[in-house]
Amino acid sequence: MPILEVEHICKSFERTEVLRDISFSLEKGQVVSIIGSSGSGKTTLLRCLNFLERPDKGVLRVNGEVLFDAGDAFTMQELEIRRKRLHFGLVFQSFNLFPQYTAMENVMLAKELLAKEQPDYKAKKKEIHEEIAGQAETLLDQMGLSDRKNNYPHQLSGGQCQRVAIARALALQPDILCFDEPTSALDPELTGEVLRVIRELADQNTTMIIVTHEMAFARDVANQVIFMDDGIILEQGDPRQVFEHPKEERTRQFLSRFTQG
Amino acid sequence: MELILEQMPIVIRALNVGFIQTLKLFFVTLIGAFPLGLVIAFGSMSRFKPLSFITKILVWIIRGTPLMIQLLIIYYFPGLVLHTPIWGGGEGGRFLAASVSFILNYACYFSEIYRGGIQGVPVGQEEAGLVLGMTRSQIFFKITLLQMIKRIVPPISNEIITLVKDTSLARIIALQEIIWAGQAFMKGSQGISGAIWPLFFTAVYYLIWNGILTMLLGRLEKKLDYFR
Repeated sequence: MPILEVEHICKSFERTEVLRDISFSLEKGQVVSIIGSSGSGKTTLLRCLNFLERPDKGVLRVNGEVLFDAGDAFTMQELEIRRKRLHFGLVFQSFNLFPQYTAMENVMLAKELLAKEQPDYKAKKKEIHEEIAGQAETLLDQMGLSDRKNNYPHQLSGGQCQRVAIARALALQPDILCFDEPTSALDPELTGEVLRVIRELADQNTTMIIVTHEMAFARDVANQVIFMDDGIILEQGDPRQVFEHPKEERTRQFLSRFTQG
Repeated sequence: MELILEQMPIVIRALNVGFIQTLKLFFVTLIGAFPLGLVIAFGSMSRFKPLSFITKILVWIIRGTPLMIQLLIIYYFPGLVLHTPIWGGGEGGRFLAASVSFILNYACYFSEIYRGGIQGVPVGQEEAGLVLGMTRSQIFFKITLLQMIKRIVPPISNEIITLVKDTSLARIIALQEIIWAGQAFMKGSQGISGAIWPLFFTAVYYLIWNGILTMLLGRLEKKLDYFR
């Protein structure tokens, strides 16, 4: 059974149709990269998955559980949405780290707030805190930020900030980690370090959806590529096939702009 | 000069009493206006149209008219027009009416500063919190609030310093603050009459108090310098 099933998602803003009948599925441990020109709906799709936007139509299932069904108001209750969001993690283009917290605190904050809601929190406060801190430390080590744990975001480079943001998203152990153009706000020489950690995550079989303009990366890291154009999935499939033998003329046009450099 | 030195102890004692009333009005206004301003700010940002409309009208009226007129209306209107004096007599009644006027007035100014501060925090901060499964109130208190405070310290400092001086407006309803205390020596009080210097001397109190506040607020600003 796929870990994620997206069925017939539609979303309009005012009168502009941004997503028109989007369907795809994703197996556990797989990586899908979504490519396409700006305005094709890639970001909106990720935002729908993370409940930052509410689709007008469609169904969203994770591990077979219906998280969202536009036809069923019960699936849209605020309290429920909070819990459902935790199936997904989202790494933003502009990092959105919390500036008043250190790298460690950024990674720990959400988990600590969740732990506080546990009934036995008061009794085991110290252990819980230590466990969360230990886990955050491991994550930051994994991101290559062992010596940056106590720095504030403004003291870090863009690439370091984005790696903290990835650690922060991983701290909640989401089933599916989403990336919204994770390197688009970075200086070219800093994209490599971010792509490297994402690649490592892929090697560890982290289920990921990656929206990116880094075509070589999209091809190499993914098990599946989706090409979006004007709110629809125009083409999807094996990366090699989509990149080397695109079926659609529009895909070929889009890709040629990148290969011509 | 000799006369002034002779009058000094009596005047200082009287001015101190007046200044205590000034400080009381100052602190009560801040304690009331800080939270009320936040309520008004949320009101004016509300997606519920009638609520935001009403709060915007309120802010318009309060910011669009002199505080002195507001003081006069709030103090005299219930008794003189509605024949139901709600403030009670004496200094206590005057202080209550002055407090209400000042809190309302400053809350409206604060609300606009808060609104700017809240809207100045990038929307991505809230979205990052939501995606991490935080509730709206956790996002406000753990993420937005401090960033907002950092943004509003300079404009709020300005208002706080203006408030110190604005308390003198309460003189218009005969609240016995420091200007009232200084003026008393012109009309005659405790054997001193026709003396204008005590009134001028009140400026020293304002100046010193504002000096202390400027220093404290500067420190707060510096303290929040650790993040950007």
